[in-house]
Amino acid sequence: MIADTWLPVAVVLSSLVPGLFIFFLAESRVRLRTTLNLVGAFAKLALIGVMLWGVLHDHEYVFTHTVLPGLDLVLKADALAMLFVTLSAVLWLFTTLYAIGYLEGAPNRSRFFGFFSLCVTATVGVAMAGNLFTFFLFYELLTLATYPLVVHRGTEKALRAGHIYLAYTLGGGALLLIGTVWLYGLAGQVDFAPGGTLSTLPPDTAGQLQIIFLLLIAGVGVKAALVPLHGWLPLAMVAPAPVSALLHAVAVVKAGAFGIVRIVYEVYGIEFAQSLSLLLPLAIVASITILWGSLRALFQDDLKRRLAYSTVSQVAYIVLGVTLFGPVGTIGGIVHLVHQGIMKITLFFCAGNYAETLGIHKVSEMDGVGRRMPWTTLAFTIGAFGMIGVPPLAGFISKWYLGLGALEAGMPWVLAVLAVSSLLNAAYFLPILHRAWFRPPPETWPHEHIPLRRGWETAPLLLLPPMATAAATLIVGLFAASAFSPLDWATLIAGREYLQWTP
Amino acid sequence: MTDWLDPLPWLIVLPLVWGTLAFVLGPGRGARLAIVALVLQMLLALQLAAQLVDAGARAYAVGGWGAPLGIDLYADGLAAVMLLLTQAVALPLAVYARGYFAATTKGRDLFWPITGLMLAALNALFVSADLFNIYVTLELLGLAAVGLVAIAGGTAPVTAALRYLLATLLGSGAYLLGVALIYGTYGSVSLEVLAPLITDEAPFAVTLAAALMLLGLMLKTALFPFHFWLPPAHGGAPAPVSALLSALVIKASFYLVVRLWLDLFEPLTTVDAAQLIGALGAAAIIWGSLLALTQTRLKMLVAYSTVAQIGYLFLLFPLATLTLPAAADSALQGGVMQALAHGLAKAAMFAAAGSMIVATGRDDINRLGGVGARLPLTLFTFGMAGVTLMGLPPSGGFSAKWLLLQAALESGQWWWVAVMVVGGLLTAAYVFKVLRRAFLPVAEGDSVTPVPRVLEFSAFALALASILLGVFGAPLMDLLAVGRGA
Repeated sequence: MIADTWLPVAVVLSSLVPGLFIFFLAESRVRLRTTLNLVGAFAKLALIGVMLWGVLHDHEYVFTHTVLPGLDLVLKADALAMLFVTLSAVLWLFTTLYAIGYLEGAPNRSRFFGFFSLCVTATVGVAMAGNLFTFFLFYELLTLATYPLVVHRGTEKALRAGHIYLAYTLGGGALLLIGTVWLYGLAGQVDFAPGGTLSTLPPDTAGQLQIIFLLLIAGVGVKAALVPLHGWLPLAMVAPAPVSALLHAVAVVKAGAFGIVRIVYEVYGIEFAQSLSLLLPLAIVASITILWGSLRALFQDDLKRRLAYSTVSQVAYIVLGVTLFGPVGTIGGIVHLVHQGIMKITLFFCAGNYAETLGIHKVSEMDGVGRRMPWTTLAFTIGAFGMIGVPPLAGFISKWYLGLGALEAGMPWVLAVLAVSSLLNAAYFLPILHRAWFRPPPETWPHEHIPLRRGWETAPLLLLPPMATAAATLIVGLFAASAFSPLDWATLIAGREYLQWTP
Repeated sequence: MTDWLDPLPWLIVLPLVWGTLAFVLGPGRGARLAIVALVLQMLLALQLAAQLVDAGARAYAVGGWGAPLGIDLYADGLAAVMLLLTQAVALPLAVYARGYFAATTKGRDLFWPITGLMLAALNALFVSADLFNIYVTLELLGLAAVGLVAIAGGTAPVTAALRYLLATLLGSGAYLLGVALIYGTYGSVSLEVLAPLITDEAPFAVTLAAALMLLGLMLKTALFPFHFWLPPAHGGAPAPVSALLSALVIKASFYLVVRLWLDLFEPLTTVDAAQLIGALGAAAIIWGSLLALTQTRLKMLVAYSTVAQIGYLFLLFPLATLTLPAAADSALQGGVMQALAHGLAKAAMFAAAGSMIVATGRDDINRLGGVGARLPLTLFTFGMAGVTLMGLPPSGGFSAKWLLLQAALESGQWWWVAVMVVGGLLTAAYVFKVLRRAFLPVAEGDSVTPVPRVLEFSAFALALASILLGVFGAPLMDLLAVGRGA
């Protein structure tokens, strides 16, 4: 059927085509630009809805195009892809709405939204890539599409951050390329398939496969901000708030983490990776990253910087879950892919609101901000509690499964990592909440940009997106056990990755 | 098919005709005529490619005489691919040049006639079937190129042109010496006659001839360390000329090196010689990129980038010489793909750089502020061309790099992998050096004036083609295989 082939392409095009049009729009065409943005976002959601229905009914959506002899571009909608695609599309819609409100009246908006759309196009491509080459293609495209967003403000500081961002990500891309070519030389086309495909290679290639694994993981680890490859992330927060939100929740960091998921589960296969003893070193790196990120977050006064270090730590939870050998750990890692996205985007939206409304950038300036902006602070509180892992919020579900998974995998020391990290999370989030809710507010807000108007504490387009994602944080936690929840979907995926598992 | 409809001779005759007419008609009507004729040439090249895919490589006897009395033309897949590249680059550049010379009239009168002559020489070179004919076209091409460098007048361009003239004459002189030695040994210059005669037991004169010819051609291609003439010539000429020279002219001598090395002198090639050529290529990549990084003039940066990108072309020789057939195949494909990708991307980059210089009124990387805001499409074009040169996907440059990397790993020559990866990162460094400056706001006292839309769009078309080449390049690789052994 034609639709089965072209639907994945349509999902990619639904943001690419509006994006390309937007590049050519004059700055003043605000309404047309907004329409294009929203039509793209809703079209993408609708197409994904159709595909979700199809995937549940065992439809195969595969698009193949031969780029060179022996090199295919494959877009495929499998269960794992659908999880990430849905997350990206939903959060993209919210971020677009937020960005429209955030950038009202700012210069260079056509350029911004053009690259913004390209960025999402690349993310969706990363999600639906059906083989390692396609993944690499969109992964690099993501680097290029985000650079103009990071340097959008054009200040010396932004340009420096952009420079460092490029140095890290292009370097990582080079490693990924070497690994990919090498693996293609060994195994032909490396398609993503549940359970992996490399275990059929002759045993004498084991050494090479270990080196390739190192190259691939280092390549995607740069974007996933694994310590010591995380240096670019705290600097990149000079970007406008919607960009930070997208970078930390769905696009760049998540693409890296998703890459690790794909490589471990669907290239090597978790069982084969375990037999090559590749999982334990990765688990140790992830644990160090979790603790280091939390520890560094503790000492940041700049709110966005604190959140950035928190991302370093939280994304490593996903990696940790991947390395826990056993379905429960897998569920924990994959479900956190979604949960971290929802929670982190809420926090960044709120940080943007404080900055845009009251000119607050630092934690030390946040005294009593909850009185002035109760709804934003409520959303922030839900996000922060989620990150700490307070039940019944999303973060709790993730940590519960990670803990159980650690026991199942026979790695009880991971429990200690989780406990210490949760304490650290509390240590860097609770003081913020305390300041915001319980300290007295100053007489006046010196840098207030958006005054109180008809009961709205800030512009509606800035307030509604974080409210919605905060509500989602609560809902995915409360209804985790129901059908179609992220947890349910992660369980479905985990069930397919283990070929010979007997608990 | 009636003989006079054959696209092969027309690809040579047409540019000669419009070049001559442009001389008579003047630059205004000459430019329009050239653009119409180039559309026709593009169609002819496509027709020829289609014929070759259907019926295989073929010869054409000029005037019905045929060798050894007359002149034979011969087209195989490799020639057809290069013909396609030539017309695909020349057409948008002609549109660009028409807009460009409306803004700056310096050198406008001579541009069209010499370009016609140059394209005729190029097309003839690709389909020449004997060594002497190749010499004639090579000399014509070199002289036309030197003429184009000099058309702007002034001290610096003329000095650069003279230096270029010296290099190109030296190169073709060495080549001609080689041809003479071969003719003295075998009494023929026809590639078809010579191919079975040259074996690994050939006399020393033939080896000497091969060395002379290849050296001469490398000098003309500006392979490191023979690159000294290129940056001033390419960096000093008017933008459309720089684009034509960097995209096409150096590819012609590269094409001949490939032809001679892989076909005619194949029995004489050794691994050591191939490694040496590869080492020169590697040195070109690193040295050219480093020098590009230190430039302060935009066009000099782009010119040094050409020096570096030429290096990738020559990596094909160590990868294709006495290695497994699979590796050799992908090496050739990678080398040719690099020639195509660089041709399109470098033409786009020089054109975009030209627009930026017209808009800012000076050739200075440090004062590009405001270009990002005023000429977003041109900056985007520059960036897209940069993506191809860096070898990031999806682009022709990526396909080329992928094929070369694959060949390197398959033949166990991992050191070229390191060179290519480092080269890609250095390329990113100098491309983003430009982009980063252009994102800055316009500096005090500087102004950025808009340029005609046609300059922006023609350059964009070239950059877009270099990207699309990476997505739809597979048929070209099939075409390349036409007439190659297998």
